[in-house]
Amino acid sequence: MYNSKYVIPGIILFVVIFTSPFWLNIFTPKYNYPELAKPVGPNGEAVECVEPVKWMRANHMDLLISWRDAALRDEKRVYVSSTGKEWETSLQKTCFACHSDYDNFCLKCHDQNAVEPYCWDCHIVPQGNK
Amino acid sequence: MNANRRYFLKVAGLSTFALTAGVGASLAKAAAVNEKVGEGSYKVSEKAVHGKRFAMVIDTRKFQTEEDMLPVIEACHKFHNVPKIDGPKEIKWIWHDKFHHAFVDDTSPLIPDEVKNRPYFLLCNHCSNPSCVRVCPTKATYLTSQNLVAIDYHRCVGCRFCMAACPYGSRSFNFTDPRQYIKPEDLNYQYPSRMRGVVEKCTFCAERLENGQMPLCVEASNGAILFGDLNDPESEVRKALAENFTIRRKPALGTDPGVYYII
Amino acid sequence: MLEKVFKGSPKYYLWLGFLLTIIGIAACVYVYQLMYGLGITGLTRDSSWGFYIAQFTYLVGVAASAVMLVLPAYFHHYVKFKRVIIFGEFLAIGAVIMCMLFIVVDMGQPQRVLNVILHPTPGSVLFWDATVLSGYLILNAVIGWTTLEAEKVGMAPPKWIKYLVYLSIIWAFSIHTVTAFLYAGLPGRHFWLTAILAARFLSSAFCSGPAILLLLIMLLKKVAGFDCGKSVIKTLTLIITYAMCLNVFFFCLELFTAFYSGIPSHQHPIQYLFGFGHAEGAWIGPWMWVAAVLALVSIVLLVVPSFRENMNLLPWTLILLVIATWIDKGLGLLIGGFNPTPFEFFTVYTPTFAEVTISVGIFAVGALVVSILWKIALEVKKENRSFDLPAGE
Repeated sequence: MYNSKYVIPGIILFVVIFTSPFWLNIFTPKYNYPELAKPVGPNGEAVECVEPVKWMRANHMDLLISWRDAALRDEKRVYVSSTGKEWETSLQKTCFACHSDYDNFCLKCHDQNAVEPYCWDCHIVPQGNK
Repeated sequence: MNANRRYFLKVAGLSTFALTAGVGASLAKAAAVNEKVGEGSYKVSEKAVHGKRFAMVIDTRKFQTEEDMLPVIEACHKFHNVPKIDGPKEIKWIWHDKFHHAFVDDTSPLIPDEVKNRPYFLLCNHCSNPSCVRVCPTKATYLTSQNLVAIDYHRCVGCRFCMAACPYGSRSFNFTDPRQYIKPEDLNYQYPSRMRGVVEKCTFCAERLENGQMPLCVEASNGAILFGDLNDPESEVRKALAENFTIRRKPALGTDPGVYYII
Repeated sequence: MLEKVFKGSPKYYLWLGFLLTIIGIAACVYVYQLMYGLGITGLTRDSSWGFYIAQFTYLVGVAASAVMLVLPAYFHHYVKFKRVIIFGEFLAIGAVIMCMLFIVVDMGQPQRVLNVILHPTPGSVLFWDATVLSGYLILNAVIGWTTLEAEKVGMAPPKWIKYLVYLSIIWAFSIHTVTAFLYAGLPGRHFWLTAILAARFLSSAFCSGPAILLLLIMLLKKVAGFDCGKSVIKTLTLIITYAMCLNVFFFCLELFTAFYSGIPSHQHPIQYLFGFGHAEGAWIGPWMWVAAVLALVSIVLLVVPSFRENMNLLPWTLILLVIATWIDKGLGLLIGGFNPTPFEFFTVYTPTFAEVTISVGIFAVGALVVSILWKIALEVKKENRSFDLPAGE
């Protein structure tokens, strides 16, 4: 093999860098859910989300995409949840009615997971934030 | 080509294939996740106003001055977070212009002064054969089942083909972030704004129709703007069209515009 | 063959460095456009396409014009073109790449460009334009590279390449026809809504493209010593002559229809382009007159045999022709299309410095691609001894 003194260290370096996220993940402390502002109703009462909290935590982005397509493409703007309750498919009107603290809800998890969804380019962050 | 190179090409080819397959698999996975969301279901609201061909009739006699029109324009632009931008990069959903700018085909110079000097509302015509929809390369702008010309701002690539195709100049482009032109205290939290780089225009208030409400301009016009289903002989618009002589903008182009003007 | 890119004179490296510097500057301006939006351009609500889309249109023509070398060589067995075909194909690759870049920089949301593929819309001409342009790029890359590789080892190219070449000939016509359809199918844009637009596009492409190619080949003789031979220049010039005559003829057909019919909407854009429209700050009028005069002068210089065959005069003739066709298509086409506006008034569009800088950067990318590809072709020709003219030429 030609130039093996460059090639082999090169390959090793590549493998180390390429797999570094896995190593970092193994040797860093376990992921902690950030403390979030609990959503509240207009009078400060406890409220229930459109779907179970655990499911929402994992799937809210897909649900929102699905809401968007249902409203815009299928022209259906009412979501009937798994519990049978009906909701208007509106991020602005339905979600933000209870999730009114952007900094202590949306942003906290998004920040910790290093995601920057572009929702906020158009959708206005909830007013409870101000 | 020597053997080593041939081998390299084979490996390169295979890895490209593997990479494409990987992308394909992850796309399929994404689709599967979307399907899981189907825990709930969707339906049309019971309150919704229905129609097969929504259209608008504007009684231009009831808007003699630009001041008469302001409340209507304000109602629309305020609610929809339409930014106020001065100059040729402006954004507007509903606005007014002179007779000869609005109705370029009807160029008789000897119409009554009263008709000539009156301002006329201009907005998207929600054509039933819209050229803007025909040219859109991503179906970001499309015709709904109720004949509304809608835009999906999430999908728009900002190519502005629709602006070149619209013979009515109804479309505006966000040349830069529109938020910097709306004061934070003026933002309407019930409706999103748009983002830089997408095309926008009047929606005939599709989301209000869905909730059983009339478009905002209709509500703010004190009965001077009528709205309804052209296919329904009992609708307000059909009655108004039967009783009054109306004209449309550029009917010769075959787009079948849905905004009628009582002159 | 790629290794040949890295072997060159200091002048060659200086040229590449120069191009890369321009590209770097333009890239910085583009990043600013990405962050701020198309607000840095002179585009407006009434004039929503401008310099970028115009350059795209002009360059589709340049790309298509490679067919003017390929067609005589393959359909009419004009073998003398075969020695230079590769330069035409590689110029086409550079042109198509520039086209794609001009489309991307014109987009408001370029990161969503894949939506055109994710949501394919066969009803949209833009969808077809993207399809035929990418197809043309692939065709030329495969054909060019394969024939050059065969030339390198001194063998005839594989048989299947012939069929790809035939396909590419038809394809070349399609890319410019589809580009014309972007414009010619829009109701209410009087200047574009004309059946002859595709024919005008093709004729202007088949004179301006080969003219640019010929100018570059003449430059090649100066900087690299490659001589394409007198007969190639003669034949190509004749093709340019016919195409330019057709181009001007087709434009005159437009003038007849607009002004003999007397229909105002047909006349307004042309009147505006030649300075008869009323708009404050309109600057296009003198440009169009210059284009008209240069077009006529270039026709005289091409049609008269003694002028056409004068090799000292020919480069200047071609330069005049390129300027005339560029003003017509690279400025007039878009400005005429958006004037008058749907409200029948005239509007003024002026490209900004930032817009022109980004465009120059894209031209530099094209020049870089063509320089590198031509460098490879020249080195291969040197290696297999087809660099020097065959005896008797």
